[in-house]
Amino acid sequence: MEFDLEFALEAVGPLLMAFLQVTLVVTVAGSVIAALLGLIWAVGQRELPTPIRMVLTWVLDVIRMTPLPLQLLFAVAIFISFDGYRRFPETDVETIGMILGVAVFSVHYSTYMAESYRAGIESIGRGQWEAATALSLPRIRVWRAVIIPQALRATLPSLGNWAIAMFKDTPFLLVILVPEMVAKAKQLGGASYQYTEVFTVAGLIFLAASYPTAVLMRKLEKKLVY
Amino acid sequence: MEDVAKRFGKNTVLDGLNFTVERGERVTLIGPSGSGKTTILRLLMTLEELSGGYIYVDGDPLTYAKRGNRRVKLPNKEVTRIRKRIGMVFQQFNLFPNMTVCENIIEAPVHVLGQSKEEARAKAVDLLDQVGLRDKIDAHPSSLSGGQQQRVAIARALAMEPEILLLDEVTSALDPELVGDVLEVLREVARETDITMLLVTHEMQFAQDVSHRVLMFDEGRVIEEAKPEVMFNNPEHERTKQFLQAIL
Ligand SMILES: Nc1ncnc2c1ncn2[C@@H]1O[C@H](COP(=O)(O)OP(=O)(O)OP(=O)(O)O)[C@@H](O)[C@H]1O
Ligand SMILES: [Mg+2]
Repeated sequence: MEFDLEFALEAVGPLLMAFLQVTLVVTVAGSVIAALLGLIWAVGQRELPTPIRMVLTWVLDVIRMTPLPLQLLFAVAIFISFDGYRRFPETDVETIGMILGVAVFSVHYSTYMAESYRAGIESIGRGQWEAATALSLPRIRVWRAVIIPQALRATLPSLGNWAIAMFKDTPFLLVILVPEMVAKAKQLGGASYQYTEVFTVAGLIFLAASYPTAVLMRKLEKKLVY
Repeated sequence: MEDVAKRFGKNTVLDGLNFTVERGERVTLIGPSGSGKTTILRLLMTLEELSGGYIYVDGDPLTYAKRGNRRVKLPNKEVTRIRKRIGMVFQQFNLFPNMTVCENIIEAPVHVLGQSKEEARAKAVDLLDQVGLRDKIDAHPSSLSGGQQQRVAIARALAMEPEILLLDEVTSALDPELVGDVLEVLREVARETDITMLLVTHEMQFAQDVSHRVLMFDEGRVIEEAKPEVMFNNPEHERTKQFLQAIL
């Protein structure tokens, strides 16, 4: 087997472009939204009346236990069944794909993040709740000022890990034909059947982005300990 | 407290308990471990659900009210209204570790009493002066000793200007050399204010100095009550004698 270095170097530009325009955008937007949704689910699971809480827990379980690519296809199918493409004629197909992708990634990963938050919330001692009650703090204030800041400290490292996991799952976007980096690599390689080079470059770009993030997360984790 | 009962599952801790504390009175609860002293304070702070009976604060029912011969649970809003008049200091301090000393103290005055931040901070400074920790106003609780943390917790409770202060073994989690400062602060609160105090403590000298009355508990009942001098020097009940001998 031969490795065509020149071809590989040529692929760096377009792949990096796809990486910045799709992979990174979906990961960043997806992580932020997932972190917010996850928090809402976790708080909901403690505050909502029992029947609603049970439904919520069940829905979260269903989402967590079905595969992400299937959920992507499902989202597109629903979009089509509501005549989505015709309703937004101005918007190009790739953008719609990305929006659906961000939505599915956010919801999917929010279910995992909710679990992390739940553990973080549970790790807060009963004394904190009791002190808040003794001061008659309103419930919303207890969450905002006492519980969430402390839970976040405990949860942040794990949220970071989920964000990295999401990042590594972005190639699934190719099942709904979003031109993210791996799809782009496949397309570039396909022209001359030189796949090894392009996939190597794509892999290295992934590694170059996720490895420093992981190291940073670990440092952060150490800093966050009281 | 009227006919107060508390059960944890099948374990009946309090049953048909009655006692009254006058406004401005300072009462110490003593009794063997497991006799229900903490439970009484926690019921008053609404940290435990009342299984039976009624608690009145200045004539107002706290969590349950008598309507005819029915016992009805009061809505949260009503409970909170009464609860604001009660403050508590815990054995484990329970300061909020994510907030500075000042933030700990002003949190409730600002968000419950509706004071402005400036007003609340000015009061926090006064309170910290009182407990001897003015220079720690912007410190984080984790940088303070246990004794200092407990004094901040006292300041935090006082910032709500409670009419009733509950103190549950506030020095038992402290190293012996740190106990003195905390008790000194409480002595001063007792001297300078007319806050009603309900305290559980094993510091008998302190109890004798600050309290008007001592209640001896055993198995969820008041078996003896007396002025501190009488209770500690000349108890009537055999159980009380045994208990006092064991801890002195
Ligand atoms: N959350 C709980 N669940 C079950 N049982 C409890 C709970 N809290 C207290 N109890 C029981 O209630 C009884 C009274 O406990 P309480 O803490 O009021 O005693 P105490 O007089 O404060 O004792 P100590 O001097 O050891 O602090 C004990 O038998 C205890 O086991
Ligand atoms: Mg106790």
